[in-house]
Amino acid sequence: MYVIIVGAGKVGWNLARELIEKDNEVTLIEGDRGRYLVVEEELEHAAQYGDGTELWVLERAGIQRADLVIAVTGDDEDNMLVCQVAKEKYLCDRTIARVNNPRNLQHFKLLGIQPVVSATDLILRLIEHEVPRYGLVHLLALEEERLEIIELEVSEDSAAAGKSVAQVQLPDGSLIISVLRDGRGFVPNTETVIEAGDQVLLVLDPGLEESITPYFQPDGRGE
Amino acid sequence: MFVLIVGAGRVGSAVAKSAMAAGHEVSVLDEDPLSHERLDQGQQESWEDMGGMFAVGTALETDALTAAGIERADMFIASTDGDNTNLTVAQIAQRRFGISRVVVRVMDPARANWYREQGLQTISPTEQAIEMFQAVLEEAG
Repeated sequence: MYVIIVGAGKVGWNLARELIEKDNEVTLIEGDRGRYLVVEEELEHAAQYGDGTELWVLERAGIQRADLVIAVTGDDEDNMLVCQVAKEKYLCDRTIARVNNPRNLQHFKLLGIQPVVSATDLILRLIEHEVPRYGLVHLLALEEERLEIIELEVSEDSAAAGKSVAQVQLPDGSLIISVLRDGRGFVPNTETVIEAGDQVLLVLDPGLEESITPYFQPDGRGE
Repeated sequence: MFVLIVGAGRVGSAVAKSAMAAGHEVSVLDEDPLSHERLDQGQQESWEDMGGMFAVGTALETDALTAAGIERADMFIASTDGDNTNLTVAQIAQRRFGISRVVVRVMDPARANWYREQGLQTISPTEQAIEMFQAVLEEAG
């Protein structure tokens, strides 16, 4: 599959790495010269410098033959327009746009760009372990459903490590939906024991992150 | 006619003033409160005294657009310094608020062309500068 990624921030770079690892052909476009040079050291010819919202930059990257265009810059306008031209001008059926500000979701929909539908599935599958230690990755806000999905790494002496899902007793409005262990993901039941080093995906009511993180952090504040 | 102008830089503020002088009702939205000064500059009265409206906010915030009166706008002009902001907000004005007269400034000639084909009225200063330079060159033989 040939994938064009616009925006070499943390998400874009990690997506590129992962897709390349999985034998896809990838071009990562970055408009900031300094950032491009950093990324280019690792990705070499897979990185291109330019404003990914400009048509000639997309064409230089070969957008006409792209199977998938992913727009993950920090600018919602940019992400929207990249996907819009990808779809409408270059007839690329599959696009994924990152929504930085959930309030802009309505604009994505207005332009016929639906990150919620396709992104949920794809991004969850694509982002794996590139998470800083104890870091929290805000994967997705499901605006309409009023839910959020986050990913956390379970630290060794945290409250959750070594306990079953039932024993962890997370606050109402949160649910562990998946555990990633040794590169494999599975859906836990109440008996599943959470291990240190696991990465857990949780679905939350909005605003609960801060009360959830302590359960998985080293000092065991979740007790 | 009620004209809403998003982006009161040199272009937006000048267009706002001439629309006002032509007797239109004019509202201006800009994210920088200081850009109001450009509206007052060179005028006898303040922008508000002349009947102008000014709101502070970013173009993509629906609340800001509403505060600036988008719901009753007959014409919408997108003239911020960002092509992508202009193209996005112009499409919001056209599609969400059903404004038929939408004019948008797009510096990038390629996209000005493509979006023109898609039914947006785009003005590309870059394109016009290129044509003018070319005309000068031709004249010089």
